[in-house]
Amino acid sequence: METIVEKSLEEQFEAKIANEIRIEPKDWMPEQYRKTLIRQISQHAHSEIVGMLPEGNWITRAPSLKRKAILLSKVQDEAGHGLYLYSAAETLGASRDQMIADLHSGKAKYSSIFNYPTLSWADIGAIGWLVDGAAIMNQVPLCRTSYGPYARAMVRVCKEESFHQRQGFEIMMTLCNGAPAQKKMAQEAFNRWWWPTLMMFGPKDDESPNTEQSMRWKIKRFTNDELRQRFVDMMVPQAEFLGLTVPDPDLKWNEAKNGYDFGEVNWEEFWNVVKGNGPCNKDRIQTRVKAHEEGAWVREAALAHAQKRSQREAANQAK
Amino acid sequence: MSQQKEWPLWEVFIRSKQGLDHKHVGSLHAADAEMAIQNARDVYTRRMEGVSIWVVESKHIHASNPDEAEAFFDPANDKVYRHPTFYEVPAEIKNM
Repeated sequence: METIVEKSLEEQFEAKIANEIRIEPKDWMPEQYRKTLIRQISQHAHSEIVGMLPEGNWITRAPSLKRKAILLSKVQDEAGHGLYLYSAAETLGASRDQMIADLHSGKAKYSSIFNYPTLSWADIGAIGWLVDGAAIMNQVPLCRTSYGPYARAMVRVCKEESFHQRQGFEIMMTLCNGAPAQKKMAQEAFNRWWWPTLMMFGPKDDESPNTEQSMRWKIKRFTNDELRQRFVDMMVPQAEFLGLTVPDPDLKWNEAKNGYDFGEVNWEEFWNVVKGNGPCNKDRIQTRVKAHEEGAWVREAALAHAQKRSQREAANQAK
Repeated sequence: MSQQKEWPLWEVFIRSKQGLDHKHVGSLHAADAEMAIQNARDVYTRRMEGVSIWVVESKHIHASNPDEAEAFFDPANDKVYRHPTFYEVPAEIKNM
C-alpha cells in the first residue's frame, strides 16, 4: 500500500517538473532531490560568504573614496546573497547552524575561486569582471530552476549582480587606459584569474556525476561545458576591447561552431584546490572560524537579552 | 528552560510602495522582532525596495496542506459563473 502511495507522489512530482511547475517547500519531493538541493544551495551560500574575504581585504586600500564605497557595497551584497541562499536551504529542512558547522569543518565545499589571493588592486577589477561575470552566467539559468525558493533567491541575486560585473569592468578599463604600469597590472591580474574563472563552471561534463540527474530534475538547465563555452565567447571580445591578451595560446575562433576553441583547463590544479590545497584554503576557513567564534558572545548576549525582555513583558501583562 | 542556541527564524514581508500590499520576500534569523526588522532592512531593502516591513516568527505561520490542495480548492473549481466572461452580453449593450 505504502509503495503505491509513494509512487503516485513521485508521479505527481515528475509531472510538475515536466510541466515547469515549481516545487515549493512543503510539496512532496524525492529524498535525493532534497539532498541535492541542500548540497547545491548551501555550497552556493558558502561561496557568497567566503567570497567576501578576498575582496574585503582591499576595502581599506581602495584607491579612492568612491571605489571604497562601491567595494563596500559590493561586499555587503555578497553577504546578503549568502543570507538569501541560506534561508532558501532552510526551507528544505537544513539548519543554519549545521550548514555553518559543515563549512567550518571542511565537510561542505564552496567555490574554489575564492582560494586564490588578491595581490593587487587590479585583482579586484578582475574579480568583478571575470568572477562575477562567470557567476552571472551560472546564475541566470538558475532563476528558472525547479525549486521555487532557490529560483526566487536567484532572481534577487541576479538583479544585484550586474552592478558587480560592471564596476569590475570599469576598474579594468581605467587601468587599461592608464599608465603602462597600470596596464601591466591589469594584464597580470587577467593572467592570474582567467583559468581559475574557467574552472568555476565545474568539471567537464563527462566527469560531472551530478549533472545528468540535476538536468533531469531541472535544477540545472545547462551543462558545465555549455556554460564554459558561452563564457569564453562572451569574454574574448571584451578582453580585446580592453586591449588585454587572453593567456591561452590555443584560443582560436572556430567559424564552424560559431565559437572559440580554447585550451584545456588544468584539471589537476582544479582538483587540488577542491581538495583543500589551494593557495588560500586554510586561511579562508581560519578567518571564517575566527569571526564566528569571536562573535559567539554577541549572539548569546542578544538571545539572553531577548529572552529577558519577553519574560519581563509577560510578567507585566500578568499583573 | 531549554538552552536555545540558534536565533529564531522570521518571515519577512515588504510593502514596496504606498498603496501596495506587503509581500513575502524571504526569511532571516534574529534574536527578537526589533532585530528582525533591522536585519530585514539590511538584507532585503538595500536598493529602496520597501517603505514598510512586517516580520512574523516563522513558527506562527499556519499553512494549508499542499497534499490536499486539490480537494481543498475544489469548491471553486466548477463555478465558472463567478466570472464575468461566463455571461453573454449583446453587442449593442455598451459599458457593461
